[in-house]
Amino acid sequence: MIRFENVVKRYPGEGADAVHNLNFEIASGTICMLVGPSGCGKTTTMKMINKLIRPTSGAILIDGRNIDTVDTIELRLSIGYIIQDIGLFPHMSVGENIATVPGELGWKKERINARIEELLELVDLNPKVYRNKKPNELSGGQKQRVGVARALAADPPIMLMDEPFGALDPITRAKMQDEFLHIQEKIRKTIVFVTHDIEEAIKMGDNIAVLKAGQIVQLSSPMEILSNPADPFVSELIGGRNSLKMLNLMLCGQIMKSLSPSEGEKARATGHGLLGLKATAQDALSEMLRTGQRFIYVEDGDRIVGVLEFEDLLERASRHGLSQ
Amino acid sequence: MASLSSLLKVLLYGLIGLFLSIWVVQNPQDGLVARLVTYDKLAVLLLQHFYLVGVSALLAVLTAVPLGIALTRPGLKSWAPRVLALVNIGQTVPSLAVVALSVGFLGVGSLTAIVALWIYSLLPILSNTLIGLQEVDSSITEAAHGMGMKGRHVLFRVELPMAAAMIMAGIRTAVTITIGSAILAAFVGGGGVGNLIIAGNNISRWQVLVLGAALPVLMALMADVIFESLEKKVRV
Repeated sequence: MIRFENVVKRYPGEGADAVHNLNFEIASGTICMLVGPSGCGKTTTMKMINKLIRPTSGAILIDGRNIDTVDTIELRLSIGYIIQDIGLFPHMSVGENIATVPGELGWKKERINARIEELLELVDLNPKVYRNKKPNELSGGQKQRVGVARALAADPPIMLMDEPFGALDPITRAKMQDEFLHIQEKIRKTIVFVTHDIEEAIKMGDNIAVLKAGQIVQLSSPMEILSNPADPFVSELIGGRNSLKMLNLMLCGQIMKSLSPSEGEKARATGHGLLGLKATAQDALSEMLRTGQRFIYVEDGDRIVGVLEFEDLLERASRHGLSQ
Repeated sequence: MASLSSLLKVLLYGLIGLFLSIWVVQNPQDGLVARLVTYDKLAVLLLQHFYLVGVSALLAVLTAVPLGIALTRPGLKSWAPRVLALVNIGQTVPSLAVVALSVGFLGVGSLTAIVALWIYSLLPILSNTLIGLQEVDSSITEAAHGMGMKGRHVLFRVELPMAAAMIMAGIRTAVTITIGSAILAAFVGGGGVGNLIIAGNNISRWQVLVLGAALPVLMALMADVIFESLEKKVRV
């Protein structure tokens, strides 16, 4: 758990605090998105966690321990760090880049080698092909995967990610986001993720902290932010179409009506449209609009397990909307 | 392939120098040239020249690179622009003036020559070390620090390797210039191929003058090719 207590940062010669009296917690194993416009203090907030920036006053605690009392190098080695232009070392191979932190920790060579292979497979890069390549031989998405692998090298409990997918094209970005969420399901790290993209925050975050002028204006789940924006600034940041965005947070598997195996067989015989359990309600709506049907079947593997009706979507979206 | 063509170039320049020397020794203009230019004497002069350049360049690397590193560390960073400006002014002073000035302090001899050449070759190495280190992307060094690398590891494993090509380019400039400037050592009793030029001029023998002028040029060309390939090798 990461805990900010009355944290203030004022840069020398500045009239106002870059970060003003932050008090919040990030639970272990969750992704906390720090989102806001440029200069809102989100990067400063993140960099205070690994002591790249020292707070002017206040305390930051990791699992109850004030980070001031922890050796800087030791602290940083226990925190994975990924930045926007990834910061891969251009003169080192992919393998050498990943080996950086294990090397600093003094791991044995065999252990480092095994770890490099394991991580490259985790991020879906063939070790035989990519291990000895230099960063400039990789595409943007591949560099990002190596960046993730490097940050995970020593299995740190915490990861700091500073707009890691910011420089990617939209298609690669969406793919990397999905893959990263998939990896996070396996590794369950405590992640602090800085972004200026509210869509990314809604998609990736367990919680979202919206920052403005160095203060948190709202800290809550994506669903809560969409259905209950704390003030006009947050509403503006979300930029309308909240209900559609909310549909994006609901998975077909969660909101469908279950069907028995025999009903599933019957449904299959109709040849009607199908979606997976992990498809979102927005996907379902889009599919209904495309086919002109008011319902869609949900399949798990090759078995149809549920059905989703247009009225369900309508009710779900408006129920959240009503709570405003 | 680049290294093969460099090797061929070095061989070519070496052979030209060798044939030129053999030609002068075998076919001297007259007895004076025959006595002045022998294989033994040429070997001594070339070794002296090599020694002057090697020692001064080595000293320059050993002083300029650490100084350049120091001037990019947080404490001394603010001094870097001033030192760089001073270095740039220093580079405009003719090498002859530097040699003459050192005679004033140290008298004549090879030590004077080495000190003068050292000071003169310091400058390109220092400025390139500074620029090379300053050009390392700050987001990369911040990533290195943020990941928990120790300060000296960031320097030796990240910053210096990334600046290596630039530093090597400075050494290349310094060495090629120094090979030419080392001719001036002959004026202060430091020896080297410059002796041939002075002697050739005194006795007005064109063969001696041509040899004295050609050998340093060929040496400089060889050094240039060798350091060019080293530079390519360390380029990121």
